[in-house]
Amino acid sequence: MLVPLSWLKGYVDIDLSPKELANVLTLGGLEVENIRTIGQDWAPDKVFVGQVVQVRQHPQADRLVLVTVDYGQAEPLEVVTGAPNLHVGDCGQKVVFAIIGARLIDGHAEELRYQVLKKSKIRGVESAGMVCSEKELGISDEHSGIVILPEDAPVGSPLVDYWGDTILDIKLEPNMARCLSIIGVAREVAALTGKRIKVPAARNITVGEPIGGQIRVEIADPDLCPRYSAALIKGVKIKPSPQWLQRRLTLAGMRPINNIVDITNYVMLEFGQPLHAFDYKLVRALPGESTPAIIVRRAHDQETMSTLDGNQRVFNSEMLLITDGGGPVGVAGVMGGLESEITESTSAILLEAANFNYINIRRTSTVLKIPSEAAYRFGRGVDPELTLAALRRSVDLMNELAEGIPASGCIDVYPGKQVPTIIDLPAHEIKRLLGIDLEPAYIVRLLESLDFKCTIMANGAIRTVVPSYRLDVSIPADLVEEVARLHGLDKLRDTLIDEEMPGQQPNRDIELEERVRDILVGCGLSEIITYSMTNLASVACLTPERTMPSAEQYIKLTNPLSSEHEYLRQTLMNTTLETMASNLRFVDRVAVFEIANVYLPAIGQRLPYQPRRLSIGLAGARDIRSWLTNDSPIMDFYDLKGVLETLCRRLGVPTQFEPEAHPSFYPGRAVRINLGGASIGVLGEVHPQVCQAFNIEAPRACLLELDLDALLAQANTDVLFTGISRMPKLSEDLALVVADEVRSDDVARTIHEAGGSLLVDVVLFDVYRGKQLGEGRKSLAFNLTFQSPDRTLTTEQTAQIRARIIRQVAQKYQAELRS
Amino acid sequence: MLEKLTQLVNQARSELTAAQTSEQLEGWRLAYLGKKGALTLLLRNLGSLPADQRPEAGRVANEVKMTLESLYTARVEELRQGVLETELTRGALDVHLPGRPQQLGNLHISTQTLREIYAIFGRLGFDILRSPEVEDDYTNFQLLNIPQHHPARDMWSTFYTDLPGVILRTHTSPGQIYAMRKYYPQPFRVILPGKCYRYEQVSSRSEQMFYQVEAIAVGENITMSDLKGVLTYFARSMFGADRKVRLRPSYFPFTEPSAEVDIECFLCQGQGCPMCKHSGWLEILGSGMIHPQVLRNGGYDPDRYTGFALGMGPERIAILKHGITDIRYFFNNDMRFLQQFA
Repeated sequence: MLVPLSWLKGYVDIDLSPKELANVLTLGGLEVENIRTIGQDWAPDKVFVGQVVQVRQHPQADRLVLVTVDYGQAEPLEVVTGAPNLHVGDCGQKVVFAIIGARLIDGHAEELRYQVLKKSKIRGVESAGMVCSEKELGISDEHSGIVILPEDAPVGSPLVDYWGDTILDIKLEPNMARCLSIIGVAREVAALTGKRIKVPAARNITVGEPIGGQIRVEIADPDLCPRYSAALIKGVKIKPSPQWLQRRLTLAGMRPINNIVDITNYVMLEFGQPLHAFDYKLVRALPGESTPAIIVRRAHDQETMSTLDGNQRVFNSEMLLITDGGGPVGVAGVMGGLESEITESTSAILLEAANFNYINIRRTSTVLKIPSEAAYRFGRGVDPELTLAALRRSVDLMNELAEGIPASGCIDVYPGKQVPTIIDLPAHEIKRLLGIDLEPAYIVRLLESLDFKCTIMANGAIRTVVPSYRLDVSIPADLVEEVARLHGLDKLRDTLIDEEMPGQQPNRDIELEERVRDILVGCGLSEIITYSMTNLASVACLTPERTMPSAEQYIKLTNPLSSEHEYLRQTLMNTTLETMASNLRFVDRVAVFEIANVYLPAIGQRLPYQPRRLSIGLAGARDIRSWLTNDSPIMDFYDLKGVLETLCRRLGVPTQFEPEAHPSFYPGRAVRINLGGASIGVLGEVHPQVCQAFNIEAPRACLLELDLDALLAQANTDVLFTGISRMPKLSEDLALVVADEVRSDDVARTIHEAGGSLLVDVVLFDVYRGKQLGEGRKSLAFNLTFQSPDRTLTTEQTAQIRARIIRQVAQKYQAELRS
Repeated sequence: MLEKLTQLVNQARSELTAAQTSEQLEGWRLAYLGKKGALTLLLRNLGSLPADQRPEAGRVANEVKMTLESLYTARVEELRQGVLETELTRGALDVHLPGRPQQLGNLHISTQTLREIYAIFGRLGFDILRSPEVEDDYTNFQLLNIPQHHPARDMWSTFYTDLPGVILRTHTSPGQIYAMRKYYPQPFRVILPGKCYRYEQVSSRSEQMFYQVEAIAVGENITMSDLKGVLTYFARSMFGADRKVRLRPSYFPFTEPSAEVDIECFLCQGQGCPMCKHSGWLEILGSGMIHPQVLRNGGYDPDRYTGFALGMGPERIAILKHGITDIRYFFNNDMRFLQQFA
């Protein structure tokens, strides 16, 4: 809401600077987002209100004139101008006059450029200053003629005093509908600064014939239209509005059109009551009747009408229309119809001031996509008591500015009149909600400054009658808010909750998730966060054939911002690869992880299934490049497997791995991650064609995705202390030759089992294939560590264990000792 | 005999001093102390001496043996020390070369900020709870006192899905309902972190996805002064001990009274600068006393219970704290951005 201070001051005395006022309003709940100053470039000693004394022809140039301007000093000055709106022989116009040294905008420049006015000769004649255009003053882009000020402009006054202004841009939350008008804001200013509001009384002109027999109004759907008031003004002359009115509209952000339309907009801005002007002559009577009729009713399904903006609209039966005897003439509260629009030939005006159900108007304006000023106000709620005051004010202005003759009286159909809301504010409620004690008399004084009528009851409660325009106030808490904001929220105390400590319920899910993050960061990985919305083309890149997933399986946004983010994701793999690809353009090593939800349709459930996933991506050099680590190996399957093994070990989760044929991965370089017999994810080197599809500029990429909920469900983080042996360790190597297909993890497990409790560690330290071993065979070299908790082991004892191990691996895997 | 021994000692002493290498040293040892060494041979001849001279000669010979042995040990040590010293002079490193780079990972800046928030509220006894990101209209809006088509809906541009009534939550506030229903009828304090979504054109100041943290406390004695105290505690913990905090009346359909919370701009110390739009204040979160209807929707009797709720954006907080110029950096995941906050 744009509020010109000059306009606001008409209704309330303001003795604060614009900045102070903005602060008071902001702390009162009307956030001033911006303060715009008009005329800050108009130096008071350089730019004046002037008056044309004489206009004569330039001796050397047909299209230039010499203008003598009185600007309140002893001697008038003569300037040269080419303005097309000054003519030889003109006299008396009020103009904006700038003398040498004034700093103004260059009217001839395309871009915004300032220039300081210098003494100059134009075609041989000296010019002592300049008569200014709106563009030169920074008011608009208008530069085709100079500004002509109103006749009553005071000659010699600095322009900034006469025409300067400050405009407050106030952000109004939806509950502040009452402030969508100058008077509404003035009321708040009055309450917040301890002043009284001044609203000019209407003149109540009653010159024309009574309105009674000239128009008939019927509300067929009073649930959507609680009130419809109308006035009739005849003999109007359609012309541009006077400059003061145009200026106020412009400063408040509206475009002047003609005097009638401008008056409806002006009164809307002034009172907050949207108005609509019909061309009375075009309002039709019902068949068989002679009096023009207005009927407010719900639309028939598929009924149509063209609105003022020239668009053909199709309505449904939820929408409210203003109709006449012949059909729709307006979308109630949203926009008028094209046919009954005010034109230059209009001479009689039927002026509507009505009230509508705000939810209905808002829905209609949303569905039809018509965001008009009227719909904005009606859609947030307008005081039904406003209609007559706004009509009277408009009638006055139409009489004054359009020579209109108002019919006496107004139509006022008011089926939805409400009784005032009464709220009892319990005595302790302020203390209970705000934590501070305020005197009842003080509370009453604050509420009364906002027009609430208060009575203190015997039980200490304050009985409050809510003003009709306070549609946002209905319960005691609303009153507490009014008291709080007028008293000042800064005067609340700073206390910490004075309550029994509530029972704590630790959230193991979140704690474990944060632990996962810490472990992965410890493994050298960086956390990423990618969008939850994705596109199926990206998901398709996860297969070498780029198979598009079936869209029906996905939850789709009906209003995505772009096709790139149209579906709720079901995997983190594609965005992890995308992130790797985009980073590999700038860095030579990427090691990332993400923890996020995926969104799976859950038939018959209220909401989709939203499990947590973990993804990890590795690509590029294993080490950060340095003189010590030049030519570092490229990360591979085992780097990623090592990260996951570390994670699982730290979480105490016994995961297992099985070879997996997965389309996204390099054949033979992927494993399924198993936990308790179920697969919870996949890990491996990405298929080269998938890498290519994601534009990954690295020799290989490694990727993991797993169901984090499933992993964490098995986490065992309750650590029990184990004793530490002080006895010496014995370490031996054992090299076994087995067939290629024998799994090293099986062999290691067997060694562990056969070794018993004295075998405390088994490390596979070498895998060798070579001619000496024979085709299809490999050697697995293990380092075995033996230790007893309570005695020194002898080589005889370890030799026994070793023999047992060798027996068992020989039996199970036909393993032979490597000679 | 005695003369011979004296002579032997002198000769051995001078030869030992001349020995420079371990080979020479070993040669010396064999020549004097070895099985066929000079001393051994002399000692073997002791028996041929007259009986009266034998004890004296034996004593002297033993002394000589001990002398030679200790001379030998000392010389071995001397030579070893010499070798070590020579080695040490040759072993210097180029200490100007950089050390071995370590690879530490790092948490996303949003996670780091979330953890700071968890820690601050944790100190005040707040639990952590999560509620769904994909939510229904009923919980996201209607249970929070925002009916269909209500003008307050203008405050949240919403992503809709092709599942009827299912939307992406626009704020963490629906978590208030989950929290109340979980803890009812106990008093409680929780924070509700998570991703939220808004149907807003992505720009340097606006994202379609972002995090929010809601904090909510419900009990029989909770007032707006408690809200102010908690906010002040939070703001000072997060932004510095001297930070001024300001509550400004505002509007949320699910709180009444409602307040926007500003902190003094820490770039200009409240003097006014482009970051605070020349107001001296930075908006950091919205808050208020839980609306009676929302308490009722959560199961609590608003005549007996009161509560406060507040909601903040970790990205907004990180932007302010670190002077980040564009919110789009957060989910672009450029390592050159993320690793600045390591």
